[in-house]
Amino acid sequence: MTDARRRAALAWIGTHALGVAAALFFVLPFVFLLLTSVMSDSQALTSNLWPTSWHWGNYAQVFHTPGFLTWWRNTVIYAVVGTVLCLASAIPVAYALAKFRFRGRRTAMVLVVSAMMLPPQVIVIPMYLVWAQQFHLAGTLWPIIIPLAFGDAYSIFLLRQFLLTIPDEYIESAKIDGCGELRALLRIVVPMAKPGIAAVGLFQFFYCWNDYFGPKVYAASNPAWWTLSLGLESFRGAHHTNWNLTMAATLLVMAPVIIVFFFAQKAFVEGVTLTGVKG
Amino acid sequence: MTTTTLTYAGKRRRQALTTLAFLSPWIIGFAAFFAYPLASTVYFSFMHYNQINPPTFVGLRNWKYVFTEYPLFAPALWNTLWLVVVMVTLRVVFGLGIGMLVTKVKTGVGFFRTAFYLPYLAPPVAATIGFVFLLNPGTGPVNRILGALGINAPNWFNDPSWSKPALTVLALWGIGDLMVIFMAALLDVPKEQYEAASLDGAGAVSRFRHITLPNISPIIMFAVITGVIQTLQYFTQPTVAGNLASGQLSAPGTMVPPGYPDNSTLTLPQLVFTLGFQNFNTGAASVIALVLFAVAMAFTLLLMRRRSGLLTED
Repeated sequence: MTDARRRAALAWIGTHALGVAAALFFVLPFVFLLLTSVMSDSQALTSNLWPTSWHWGNYAQVFHTPGFLTWWRNTVIYAVVGTVLCLASAIPVAYALAKFRFRGRRTAMVLVVSAMMLPPQVIVIPMYLVWAQQFHLAGTLWPIIIPLAFGDAYSIFLLRQFLLTIPDEYIESAKIDGCGELRALLRIVVPMAKPGIAAVGLFQFFYCWNDYFGPKVYAASNPAWWTLSLGLESFRGAHHTNWNLTMAATLLVMAPVIIVFFFAQKAFVEGVTLTGVKG
Repeated sequence: MTTTTLTYAGKRRRQALTTLAFLSPWIIGFAAFFAYPLASTVYFSFMHYNQINPPTFVGLRNWKYVFTEYPLFAPALWNTLWLVVVMVTLRVVFGLGIGMLVTKVKTGVGFFRTAFYLPYLAPPVAATIGFVFLLNPGTGPVNRILGALGINAPNWFNDPSWSKPALTVLALWGIGDLMVIFMAALLDVPKEQYEAASLDGAGAVSRFRHITLPNISPIIMFAVITGVIQTLQYFTQPTVAGNLASGQLSAPGTMVPPGYPDNSTLTLPQLVFTLGFQNFNTGAASVIALVLFAVAMAFTLLLMRRRSGLLTED
């Protein structure tokens, strides 16, 4: 008995020692970024790890960087408008794919998954040429916002996985009460699917927030439409000797994502498991 | 009799119209943002087109150019293969390890789970800039600590043979997505199987090999295949790391050749960008885009054919 208990204690110590070691790997980068971000200009040029004096004003200075608030605004526009359009168009499509019986349903799903796995670089050149030459929208973010109004494949796929878990009986009984498909979707399915919709919405929001390739292709030539990703890339160029300011800006770009995570942890985990496990 | 058949036919037609209406956003989207540009990429791969003068037909010349003459194709292909083999493998192994660790930890589960997951959320440009600083050879904290431990630290993003390992470290830091997927899979393994094996005297290693692995192998497959597909789009981290480490003061609008140092971080998606938007060689860029397309689709088919496929109904 004591032997078994000792083994259990050793296992506990071993597991938690490994856990702490792993946690250091994940957490220390944030700590070093934070410590560097509050160093003085001259100290940030040294290899000191601990600030000799604390300059929280570095963060205010980042906000005064020309353009910083514009990048912030553009990112919010891209993420908010993009997410709303994406959900509005993806929900009915996902509903039809999950609950309607029609010929070619399987083929439609194969095409959705193919579109989902397509590297964006495969189609970017013809798309750029169309947006630039036919619509004269190069130099803005519209070429990456507008397509989200036409059912993003990844969101359709995730929503459909979630809608499959809603029992058909609820929809059937709504129809017996005289609801059409649209009413059944809005009155019954959407309220029941709130956790799934929240997860997909969050994913889309952060996809837009973090996107670099799209803004780089369409908006890099026009600073008025830069997002935080593009602005941050230019930041080191503008402040090339100031690692402290660059780190402060880096943390300010990370902050919203992390804050939202703490408010919406459950929806996140729901979303990640949706991608793989419920197959 | 006829009226009932009519209403039946009418009902079916209305149902078909409803289906079409619900699917219409995606039908338009698929045609405009998938089918059309894909066909157009195929078309451009046989054209000479500098995006100013009208395209002219050149047959297979772009294909021949990319595969036999274009000097950056071989390094980009090699780097992409390296990342597929090394980075994807390490990510799956590490993700599984972290997932197992989280299911075993008893005290502070919430803390560990959050700590392991958070880096995954960090915006890639920000995370990459952070790691270029952490790993910079001059004043970076990592080399400072390695030096204090008496380890001869590498130059990471500034050394052609260490730049891909440095990108791999960054990719391992953002392992949160795989951790959650593996965690869910591990918790789904029936407990009775472990208990039965323990009664038979099976040790931890043999329990892992004979119970855990077979149970979660579909998820491992899923992680490998999606990992490969993600690597085929690997653009942000190598672009930002290369630009920043090269020390060239680059704004997003200025065109810096990618791949610093020595083309060691050059990937195929970056070539599409460079050829298409910096050299205006639309034809060669389209050829590389189609290579990416072919490989991505091959792996997507694998994914759809696996036993517990993406297309199951329940």
